[in-house]
Amino acid sequence: MIDEIAARFPFWATAILLVVGLYGMMGKRSLIKKIIGLNVFQSAIILFFIGQSMKAGADVPILPGGAGPVDPDQYMNPLPHVLMLTAIVVSAAVLGVAMAFLVTIYQKFHSLDENEILEEMQR
Amino acid sequence: MLGFWRPGLAFSVALAGVVIATGAAALSLAYTLDGHQLHYYLGGWPPPLGIEYLVDTVAAFAATVVTGVALLALIGTRRTALAEFPDRLGLFYTLALLILTGITGMIVTHDLFNLYIFMEIGSLATYALVFMGGPRGMIAGFRYLVLGSIGGGFYLLGVGFLYFTTGSLNMADVSSLLVQQQESRAVLAGAVFIFTGLGLKMALFPLHLWLPDAYTYAPSSVNALIAPIMTKAAAIALLRMFLSVFPPGYLTDVVPVGSVMVILGLVGMVVGSLAAVSQSDYRRMLAHSSVGQLGLIAVGIGLATPLGFAAALLHIMNHAIMKGCLFLVATSVRFRTGRTDLDGMTNLGRSMPVTLGAFSVAALSMVGVPPLAGFFSKLYLAQAGIGEGNWLVALVVLASSLLTAAYLFRVVERAYLGNEHDSAALHHDMPAYGSTVGAAAATPAPREAPLDMLLPTVLLAAAALGVGVANAAILAYVLEPGLLAWTNP
Repeated sequence: MIDEIAARFPFWATAILLVVGLYGMMGKRSLIKKIIGLNVFQSAIILFFIGQSMKAGADVPILPGGAGPVDPDQYMNPLPHVLMLTAIVVSAAVLGVAMAFLVTIYQKFHSLDENEILEEMQR
Repeated sequence: MLGFWRPGLAFSVALAGVVIATGAAALSLAYTLDGHQLHYYLGGWPPPLGIEYLVDTVAAFAATVVTGVALLALIGTRRTALAEFPDRLGLFYTLALLILTGITGMIVTHDLFNLYIFMEIGSLATYALVFMGGPRGMIAGFRYLVLGSIGGGFYLLGVGFLYFTTGSLNMADVSSLLVQQQESRAVLAGAVFIFTGLGLKMALFPLHLWLPDAYTYAPSSVNALIAPIMTKAAAIALLRMFLSVFPPGYLTDVVPVGSVMVILGLVGMVVGSLAAVSQSDYRRMLAHSSVGQLGLIAVGIGLATPLGFAAALLHIMNHAIMKGCLFLVATSVRFRTGRTDLDGMTNLGRSMPVTLGAFSVAALSMVGVPPLAGFFSKLYLAQAGIGEGNWLVALVVLASSLLTAAYLFRVVERAYLGNEHDSAALHHDMPAYGSTVGAAAATPAPREAPLDMLLPTVLLAAAALGVGVANAAILAYVLEPGLLAWTNP
């Protein structure tokens, strides 16, 4: 049982982080915690990509200048890393927009708790 | 950027940009009508190494529809934008152009990850625009941000699964590589994740919960811009998944994504239309109705027959035109009367006749009265359903059309047959931009909307009629060859 989990550990980690992030977004009342949940969710996806780019016994994919044809099995896959750089940027942009939202919401409602804000709106 | 320096320039620059975009889209449509395809390789890297942009008939068609509706929406909301954000005009137009960038990018890209990037570009700008709509807009925008980012995340996860099983991100490449991989569970998971992510962006029931609040509380200038086009882009991306990426039959036989979409779409049609009937705010009613119409598009995609896809594409165009017109009517009414609830539309048939005339045409088209556009897409969808032996589709199309008639004719009833004393007894809760008399017990009848708001509204209504009349030509010359080209890239 432990062997199975250990053998597929990246997938389990991704799944657990995804669920934690989703719970944070749905189950928590505070808006900040929702944003943290969103970040955990996006980090889970990023880590999944990076984990999948590993190969057994692989080397860092940096080639010295003038190298000839290379065996791709010896190097890690650099493409997911590059894609995830872009995804991290997107995640940072979303975080920035969300924080700007939160600042404005706080200035308007003086609270970052979802229930209090909804009550405030009913009035 | 120029808007910061001189606000008056912001609109002109934005307008010029959108006109150029519409012109480019229309030109590409003319070019690709006889089967040519425009390829553009980012940075000169050929596929499958580089990112490829492919404009074929369907993409050009969708891009033309999207940019055309956006152009009319920008023109029509110039005054309300001026009134709602006098000091932030540059920001508003920047965000609007960003949305258009994201959406057209989504339509023409041929690379899975690039689709995610453009989707997030458009979505972020939309979150920000919805957020500008007052206190309720803030909450709606925040909720939309959280849910929309979840959708994007799921899509990215699905793309990851596909990439790691096929080794490529180019859509054409992936589709040829997936043919051998059909039994792989990773591909199955990837398909499910992609479908969930795009379904959330598309407001497929039950992932539509962000939509009513976002469309109701967004500022009125924003509504006409995002409501017709934002969710359609996700629908088009889903269509591309069905046609270009996954092998034919995979999404219906191996993974029952098609059937799930049909079921969810049918439920969404009923729920959306039912919820719309009981609304008292005009924009909220339109938002729920959008959920219903998107359910219709989802059924068309889920049926996975050529006629179903054609019906879905046609309805994408029709719904963009009709909803654009309806939301522009909302903007005009809000501009003149300061109110967006249904009772505020009392007697507007007399005081704003052209606006309500356009509304009536768009409403009839949404119900599906021939020869207006809505009838044909619903007809093709029902035909597609019956062709698959799924008579429930035809039944639900009929039922939702009846419900659509119910909630749209409430407005018609109030506008044309309402009583004078009803309108004076209700309170005002939003500022009126165009009226010159302060809010008092008896408000004078609002004047007709200004010409630059009227013209796009009427143009869209006329388009509903024109598309309906020309729909056979559109189907034969644009959609069918385009769909054939998508299945054999």
